[in-house]
Amino acid sequence: MGETLPPALAEIVEDFRQCERQEKIALLVDYASQLLPPPPEALADGDAPESVPECMTPVSLRVLEQNGRLRFYFDIPQDAPLIRGYAAIMQQGLWEVTPEEILRIPADFYHVMGLQELLTPQRLNGLTAILAHVKRVATRLLANRLAGEN
Amino acid sequence: MSSEYAHPEALVETDWVAEHLNDPHVRLVESNEDPLLYETGHIPGAVKVDWFTTLQHPLRRDFIEKAQFEDLCRRLGIGNDTTVVFYGDKNNWFACYAFWLFAYYGHQHLKIMNGGRTKWVAEGRPLTQEVPNYPPTEYVARDPDPSVRAFREDVFKQMEKGLPLVDVRSPQEYSGELIHMPNYPQEGAQRGGHIPGAVNIPWAQAVNPETSTFKPAAELRQLYEQYGITPDKEVIAYCRIGERSSLTWFVLRYLLGYPNVKNYDGSWTEWGNLVNAPIEK
Repeated sequence: MGETLPPALAEIVEDFRQCERQEKIALLVDYASQLLPPPPEALADGDAPESVPECMTPVSLRVLEQNGRLRFYFDIPQDAPLIRGYAAIMQQGLWEVTPEEILRIPADFYHVMGLQELLTPQRLNGLTAILAHVKRVATRLLANRLAGEN
Repeated sequence: MSSEYAHPEALVETDWVAEHLNDPHVRLVESNEDPLLYETGHIPGAVKVDWFTTLQHPLRRDFIEKAQFEDLCRRLGIGNDTTVVFYGDKNNWFACYAFWLFAYYGHQHLKIMNGGRTKWVAEGRPLTQEVPNYPPTEYVARDPDPSVRAFREDVFKQMEKGLPLVDVRSPQEYSGELIHMPNYPQEGAQRGGHIPGAVNIPWAQAVNPETSTFKPAAELRQLYEQYGITPDKEVIAYCRIGERSSLTWFVLRYLLGYPNVKNYDGSWTEWGNLVNAPIEK
């Protein structure tokens, strides 16, 4: 399975790559402000949100699946704009993609964004942790689908 | 009451800050763990330092050099006589880190805003996204003050003499159960545990979780003295990278007036990677 980025995520990565250092911060702040809260139907399905234990900031996640396509919603404190920014990038970059597309995302996709100039490895790992969690959700959905077919 | 503290002048309340927003002799400096928080809104007139991009040496594992520190102060409109007030997120941990670095370069008028960003916001006080510009100064730093900073050689001596070492990390990090957070290998260490003889007093115990303000002097004194951390001894505090322990350093040195306290900024990410260094679990 080749590694590729969903088009929306690839576009976000490219935007960051082209930004200067100070612009990258402004862009992350912008994303943080765009994080969409879960819609009522995501809250009404009765499932408790999943927490992302690798993140030092409390992060929980809900996934909505419709016709095999996914939407991710995150619950993150307002005073953690960096993590909100990451989550908004994932939310927009993975909007209505399939679980298969998620599994094809390379784990180090963000390297070309140039965030390592701004952030310590540990802060960058918040992004890795969110991606790893999103991938586990995608794997589980695929496994459930296969189990349902058999 | 702050007056119970040994050096009450090192701490100001949010009221004091609100009254000094336009005081040209006072410079407010926000220093956070989250590198975007300042941009989302900060106290009017406050400037930002980021512990990673502003305070760390661009190449080696160290802080900025004296000349770079002078440039930083000049750029932020901090003069040698300016009173610098630090505040930040998460109980002021990175505010204390910045305070500590300013103390290392000998700045004389340093304060922490008690309760930090959390308290300011909880009190409904104003924030702005406007980034201020101040006329540059002619700042001249002193040579680094070795009395506030411990290097690994100092820690070896401390350990061999059986003098107090305070490990301010979580109990799980102290016991060696956690070497690093899952998926966080880059900032971890090869080995888990603590420096032999170190006592574990997690940093945040110095702060009241309800208000984010420092606990009263009597409670703080009891917290440290019950582990034998007393003012008559030389004390070295450490954590993972030296930021949580700079809060403990601030508490011991300024709030309790311990005359001889150092922060070991190499901390566990150095000690837990050192070949042949003794470790206790």
